[in-house]
Formats: sequence, C-alpha cells, structure tokens
Amino acid sequence: MAGRSTPTLAVWKFASCDGCQLSLLDCEDELLEVAGAVEIANFPEASRAVAKGPYDISLVEGSITTPHDAERIHKIRRASQVLISIGACATAGGIQALRNFKDVKEYISIVYATPAYIETLNKSTAIRDHVVVDFELRGCPISKTQLVEVLSAYLNGRKPNIPNYSVCVECKLKGNVCGLVAFGPTCLGPVTQAGCGALCPTYHRGCFGCFGPKEAANTASLAATWRAQWVTSEQLVRQFRGFNAYAEAFRKESEANEK
Amino acid sequence: MRSKTIKVDMLARVEGEGGLTVKVKDDKVTDVKFTIFEPPRFFEAFLRGRSYDEVVDIVARICGICPVAYQMSAAHAIEDAFGVTVSEELRQLRRLLYCGEWIESHALHVFFLHAPDFLGYQDAIAMARDHLPVVQQALQLKKTGNDLVALIGGREIHPISVRVGGFYKVPTRAELAPLGEKLKWARDAAIEAVMFTAGLPFPDFERDYEYVALRHSHDYPFNEGRLASNKGLDIAVREYDQNFEEQHVAHSNALHSIHTGRGPYLVGPLARYNLNYDRLSPIARDAAMRAGLGPTCHNPFKSIIVRAVEIVYACDEALRIIESYEKPAKAVVDFRPTPGVGYACTEAPRGILFHRYRLNPRGQVLDAKIVPPTSQNQKMMEADLREYVTPRINTPVDALTWQCEQVIRNYDPCISCATHFLTLNVERV
Repeated sequence: MAGRSTPTLAVWKFASCDGCQLSLLDCEDELLEVAGAVEIANFPEASRAVAKGPYDISLVEGSITTPHDAERIHKIRRASQVLISIGACATAGGIQALRNFKDVKEYISIVYATPAYIETLNKSTAIRDHVVVDFELRGCPISKTQLVEVLSAYLNGRKPNIPNYSVCVECKLKGNVCGLVAFGPTCLGPVTQAGCGALCPTYHRGCFGCFGPKEAANTASLAATWRAQWVTSEQLVRQFRGFNAYAEAFRKESEANEK
Repeated sequence: MRSKTIKVDMLARVEGEGGLTVKVKDDKVTDVKFTIFEPPRFFEAFLRGRSYDEVVDIVARICGICPVAYQMSAAHAIEDAFGVTVSEELRQLRRLLYCGEWIESHALHVFFLHAPDFLGYQDAIAMARDHLPVVQQALQLKKTGNDLVALIGGREIHPISVRVGGFYKVPTRAELAPLGEKLKWARDAAIEAVMFTAGLPFPDFERDYEYVALRHSHDYPFNEGRLASNKGLDIAVREYDQNFEEQHVAHSNALHSIHTGRGPYLVGPLARYNLNYDRLSPIARDAAMRAGLGPTCHNPFKSIIVRAVEIVYACDEALRIIESYEKPAKAVVDFRPTPGVGYACTEAPRGILFHRYRLNPRGQVLDAKIVPPTSQNQKMMEADLREYVTPRINTPVDALTWQCEQVIRNYDPCISCATHFLTLNVERV
C-alpha cells in the first residue's frame, strides 16, 4: 500500500454468522504478525477502538438484506481503497438467500410474532451486486490460509494466488476415493470451487458446495449424472440450494430442475 | 434535574451487531434498552421442507462461534423424534467435540473479548503490547480447542462430520493421541488462566438470579440432562415449551424469553457452575477454590473466572475421554426416519440452546423452533444494566458507558445467534 507506513485494515459485517471474520481471530499462529503488519482501524468483534477512514483494505462479511445495509455498503466502498468480500454470504447472498426463491412476507410471519416491525429486503444479495468489489474470497466459512494469502497479496501489491479449479482436483491430490462413486451420487465436488482441501470426501461424505460454483461449472452435466442414478428433482433442487444457492450457476441449475 | 443518556451505538467485542441505551432522569434510571440491529435471517422458515440429514449442516450457519452447539442440539432433537440412541462410544466422542468448542469459545471470550475491559485496553492486540506472554498463551489455548474441533469435526468453523445418529467419520486412537499431549499443556495453561482472571479487579455487584442449566445424573452437562434451576425447576427437556415463553415487551422490538410465572432467568457458565459444581472434576474444583470461588458465585463480572474454570474442566474431560477412547465399531447407528416431534437442549458455551423439530414420515422438517442462549439472557442483561447503573449514577458518563458495555459482555452475548427471530431495530445512524 503506497503512501503510508502502516496500512489500515477495516472489518465490516452484514447479515452473517460472524464465522468468516472469526477466521481472522482463528489465525492463532499468524494473528500477532498480521496485527503487526496492519493497523486494525475498525473491527468491532475484536476491538472497541474505531479509527476514521479512509481505509487501505476493507474486509466485508455478510450479505445485504435491509434497506439500511444497502446504503451502508456504499459508504464503506467510498472509504476503502481496496474492498474484499469474504465468505458465501458476501459473495453469493449466503444461506439467507433461500428467501430469494420464496415470498419473504411468508417467512417473516413464520418467524416473527409481529411482522409489521420487520424491515427487510425481498432478496439477500452479494456485495458485488451493490458496489465494485476488488476481490471475492469464497467459502462457508472461508479458509484461513486463503485469507492470509489474500491479505499478504494486497499488502505486497501482487495478485492473490487462489485456485479456481474444482474440489475434484483437491480430492485427487489427497488420494481420496471419488466421493461421487463411494458415498452416493450427490457430491457437488465436480462443480464446486476448491479451497476446503476436499474436506467432506476425506470425511466420507459428498461435497455440499461450501465454496460455491467453480469457474465454468457444468452443473447440467452433473445433474444428468445424478438423474441417471435415480436422484429426484426435489433432491436436485435442495442440493443446489445450500449456502451458495444464489450463486449464478447453482441458482440456474436449481431453477431448471424445479420446473 | 439531573439527566443523562448512556448510549453505545455499536457494542464491540461481542458476536454480531447490537447497542445499548440507558436513560437517567432525576437520578433515576428511566429506560434501559439492549438493542439488536443485526438483520434477521429466517432459519426456522427455510428449514421447513429440508431433509433431516441437511438440518445439522444448515443450523451450524446460525453461528460461526458455536456451530458445534447448534449441531449437537439439532442432532439430539432429531434423534429424539426418531427414537434413536447413539452408542456410549459415540456419546463420549460428542462430549469430546463439545470440549473443543468450549475451550476455543471460552478462550476467545476470556482473553480477547472480556479481559481487555478489566485491564483498560480497547482490545487484545493492545493488551499484547504489555502482556505478550498472556496473549500468546491464550492464542495457543484457543488453538488447542480448535485443533480438537478440527480433528473430530473436520474444520474449526462449521464442522462437517456430525450427523444424525453419530458421525460421518470417527478418529482412531492414534489420531487422538497427539492431542492428548497438547491438552495436558492446555490444562496447565487453563489453570494459569483461572489464577490470572481471579486477579482482575471486580466491581462489588451481586444479583439474586434464577439460574437455569442442564443437570445430568453424573456428568458436568454438555448434551444431556434435565432442565434445573436454583428456584425449584426440575423438568424434562420436552417440557420446555410449557415452562418458558417468549414475550414481546413495550420498550424493545426484541422478543424476550421468560420463565412462565417467574420472569427473567439466567443461562450460561454461572448457571452451570452454580447448579453443577459437584459434577466438576477434582482438578477444576481445586482451581476454582484456589481462585477464591466458592461452590456458588453470584457476581456476573466473575463469570470470566468461571469460564476459565470451565476451560480447565473441558481440558480435563477431553483428556479423560482420549485416554479411555476406543474407536466406535460403527460411526453411525442404524435408524429409520419416523414422523414425530423431537426436543433437545445442550449447553452452548454461553448457555442452554433449545431445539424442537416436527418431522414428516420422510424425515423432512414441518416446523422448527430454536431458542438460543442470548435470547434467553436478554431480559436479564437489561435488568443487570438497571441494577448496575442505579447506585452509580454519578460516575462520569465515559467510565459508566464502558462499565455498561462490560455488563453486557459478561454474558458473552451472541447476537448473530439471536437474530433468527429477533425483530430488526434500525436505530443506528
């Protein structure tokens, strides 16, 4: 970061579970080094101290779900030199984007005693749908090693080295038996971006898509493979509607199978 | 006339987004609000229609800090509906996983969210400049908890190995052994944490709470037990709905949970400790005694010591389980989905977490009810603020504001957890 001796880092939260920003605090071996490399200017989960912007790097967690938050993200964008959205909520609307397929009013009346008090948008959307985002770090939750890589890349003025190939590549690198073959048909590995280290197949279950669709994901081909193994339309829809349900490739495939 | 307003727009060092307001007029506290502006996320709504085997992964996403608690409550509630009991080996492994979450969550709260208050720092990074060895040790302690969750659950945040009926994969004795060595170190570090927290300056403040926690026939409670209180409550978990209710109060848009007929109650480490002191291991009890805690503790600020004692217990219990561990013959017990209603309550680090699911014959969710600890404690947080501020009205506003924040942080409130049902309040500017 040019022009400053210690770059400033701000961490912002929208609708989310806090897990992705917790990943930063979970960098137990690196935290004090990261804290030494940047000035943490805004990070409410970790500190009472708040420094005024502008900020060199902003990490944004969570999705936009209220009119107020749709305004707030613009202020954050204006105050940030680099804006990085982190996690499935910030990059795809998160699990709360399941409302996008339904009538949100019905949801409000299921959960809340007094629906009139609720002010919420019909859709839960990614940060990119509202402002320009410099980099998107995927995952539910994000990988902390990828987080350190992205921070280090921006602090050193280089491109982050984050793979965009599928979970299958990680599975092969690990020497796992193919989950699609071994643990039943509904493994999302072939269409899901790497990043977890092929975690679920290693734990004897199919991938359920925490890192969202990989680049040029051929979801239709995967769906055809599942259908050939008697997976029902209902299961197909549910499978694509997880934590990245509103990421384009997953959304389109779930909608195609809903008809 | 003397009036002032204590206002914190953005409460720091808690999980999620909330604020607080205390209004004082004529030397009397006239209004207290613990405000939550975290947007709602509708978990109970979109759980409808999902299959039982998806629920455990979905509810983990309610909270990144205590996903294991959500997974445990959900798995137990669905097993209750299906009439499934897991083997003793699997039950022990679930306790071990919960130990990991208690260690990491408590270590995070004690050192990173709570201790800076007592020592006058804005955060643990600033605290590290003067207390580097303490912070470094705390990070390693937290890491030991995370390592335990990652080994059994697959990863620290949103673990993937838990399922209805058991696990997808269970570890071998050899895989657990290296953690045993780390846990011995961690137990010693936790005992030092108890002594460190006991040396902090505490305000003179005690309250007559109704403590509610699980009570088990022989264990310090994690996954099972009856719901008990110091004021005569003794019920099965499935009787929860008949004994507790959520109220809509005039001064806040947030629903508050109360004990029907008796009012606010307190859940969390103080409640567990006061009701289950006799179930702590000798090492944990000894650490508590050396810290000057009696078998009961009624000062909410001292919950930081009790959390440290619970870290000692969790390390001790984890060691016991690892030493006697035999890999379960089967990672998951056999069962078939059956229609019905299932209930469970488990002890999340910050208190009891109640789940209820009604399922159809295919094991799909018809409706779900989830009551997290923070919503149960909300009313008590406001009562604490009122009681705390009243005799301290003449304290300068800045100092009193910080102390009020601390009153809330005593609870380790998890606002992200609470917002699947809390109403949205857009007071923030």
